[in-house]
Amino acid sequence: MRLTCPLCGDRDRREFYYSGSEDTLTRPAPDAGDAAWDDMLYLRTNPAGVTKDLWYHESGCGSWLVVTRNTVTHEILATERVADRKGAPK
Amino acid sequence: MRYSGWKVITEGLRGNLGWTRAWRDPAPKAEYDAIIIGGGGHGLATAYYLAKNHGMTNIAVLEKGYLGGGNVGRNTTIVRANYFLPGNSEFYSHSLKLWEGLEPELNYNVMHSQRGHIILFHSDGQRDAAARRGNAIVNQGDDAELLSVSQLKEMLPYLDYNQTRFPIYGGLIQRRAGTARHDAVAWGFARAADQRGVDLIQNCEVTGIDIENGRVTGVQTTRGPIRAKKVGMAVAGRSSQVAAKAGMRLPIESHILQAFVTEGLKPVIDHVVSYGMGHFYISQSDKGGLVFGGDIDMYASYAARGNLPMVEHVMEAGMTLMPMLARAKVLRSWGGIMDMTPDGSPIIDKTHIEGLFVDAGWNYGGFKATPASGWCFAHLMATGQSHDVARRFRLDRFRTGHVIDEEGTGSQHNLH
Repeated sequence: MRLTCPLCGDRDRREFYYSGSEDTLTRPAPDAGDAAWDDMLYLRTNPAGVTKDLWYHESGCGSWLVVTRNTVTHEILATERVADRKGAPK
Repeated sequence: MRYSGWKVITEGLRGNLGWTRAWRDPAPKAEYDAIIIGGGGHGLATAYYLAKNHGMTNIAVLEKGYLGGGNVGRNTTIVRANYFLPGNSEFYSHSLKLWEGLEPELNYNVMHSQRGHIILFHSDGQRDAAARRGNAIVNQGDDAELLSVSQLKEMLPYLDYNQTRFPIYGGLIQRRAGTARHDAVAWGFARAADQRGVDLIQNCEVTGIDIENGRVTGVQTTRGPIRAKKVGMAVAGRSSQVAAKAGMRLPIESHILQAFVTEGLKPVIDHVVSYGMGHFYISQSDKGGLVFGGDIDMYASYAARGNLPMVEHVMEAGMTLMPMLARAKVLRSWGGIMDMTPDGSPIIDKTHIEGLFVDAGWNYGGFKATPASGWCFAHLMATGQSHDVARRFRLDRFRTGHVIDEEGTGSQHNLH
């Protein structure tokens, strides 16, 4: 499997650290309660099909990427830097 | 039909014409007292113990493919009880005791071989940790013994003891640990459950779970609706998809775990050997193939095949430990879908839906758990109470903080 980093181009999977579902980008309020935090930290939709997850380009530019890919075929559909997302802190 | 050595001889003399089918192929009834989704090791064991321990015989196991066609038929067959943490310790201890009586219990040869499992260590600190683990195992009532390098050299002369990166300081052996024939475990439980009246229904995929007023009332399947007041899920790598049919999200992410088998060789590896520094473990099957594997590929996947970086890593780890492996040729490899929980420990619990139970999150260790998982899940489904040795395998333990992190790497999804 290879991922395309928007800055570095087409790279081997080994350059990236897998962090898990993009659920962790949506952080609940500190006082949102156990259920909301459980939902963000632990509960997963875990789809067999298209998913979005977070990868860190550890041996490259150091970008955090949202990767859209298919968990059944390993096809990579899109990669996007978290920093380039609308509303991301600059 | 009862199986025995005598039966093999007499059938051999009569041209093997007297063997009958090992289990029936019934059509699903309109209603059962309990339904188990998943005809793998855990589901079949649950059905068997529901019938045997709790007298529930009006039950069905629904399998979307064929019996034993998932992870129970695609694993590295290791059976051991050398866990450290409370929760795991008593559970796997119970499981190993069940394994030791399994063949007469099921009247089936599961080829259980207690050849010993050795965990290697590579530093003084790791030796201390192994000694502590050994004490915990002994306190649980199971066996563990610390081996020196000279003892180890007699048992495992083929290891590279002086490798520069991870020199071998000794090992912790559990002599009662070993392997079993994986398919035979599924078949043995299937046959024994069938003999007690359980309906094993194959090619029957659950397409929906019926819930009314917070209670489960049955399931929709590709072979029609089936009513039941109790439904248990034991579907390994597909847990999230089945739970989604009940509107639930589980603390599970599915990952790929690869394993490899070489061509058949003469007997050379007499034990199961674990090399934690390289995430590598190996044993030799009765056919002679070296069976080995490593860590998961470390990203969510249902592809049932792995990627090459982990293949390379496993081969490298094997070579640093056993240079003789260079001469063996890998015959085949495969990837199984593991339902990984954030702490690497399983779940056997009720859900918030009355009558719906979940047995999931077996990570990369479900095979050795098969009898105890069935025993405890049957107890839960029959009585509504967790069995004492499985009471810590709670569904809500991540929210409440009662995690069981055996590996000690932290409790989040990408660490196990």
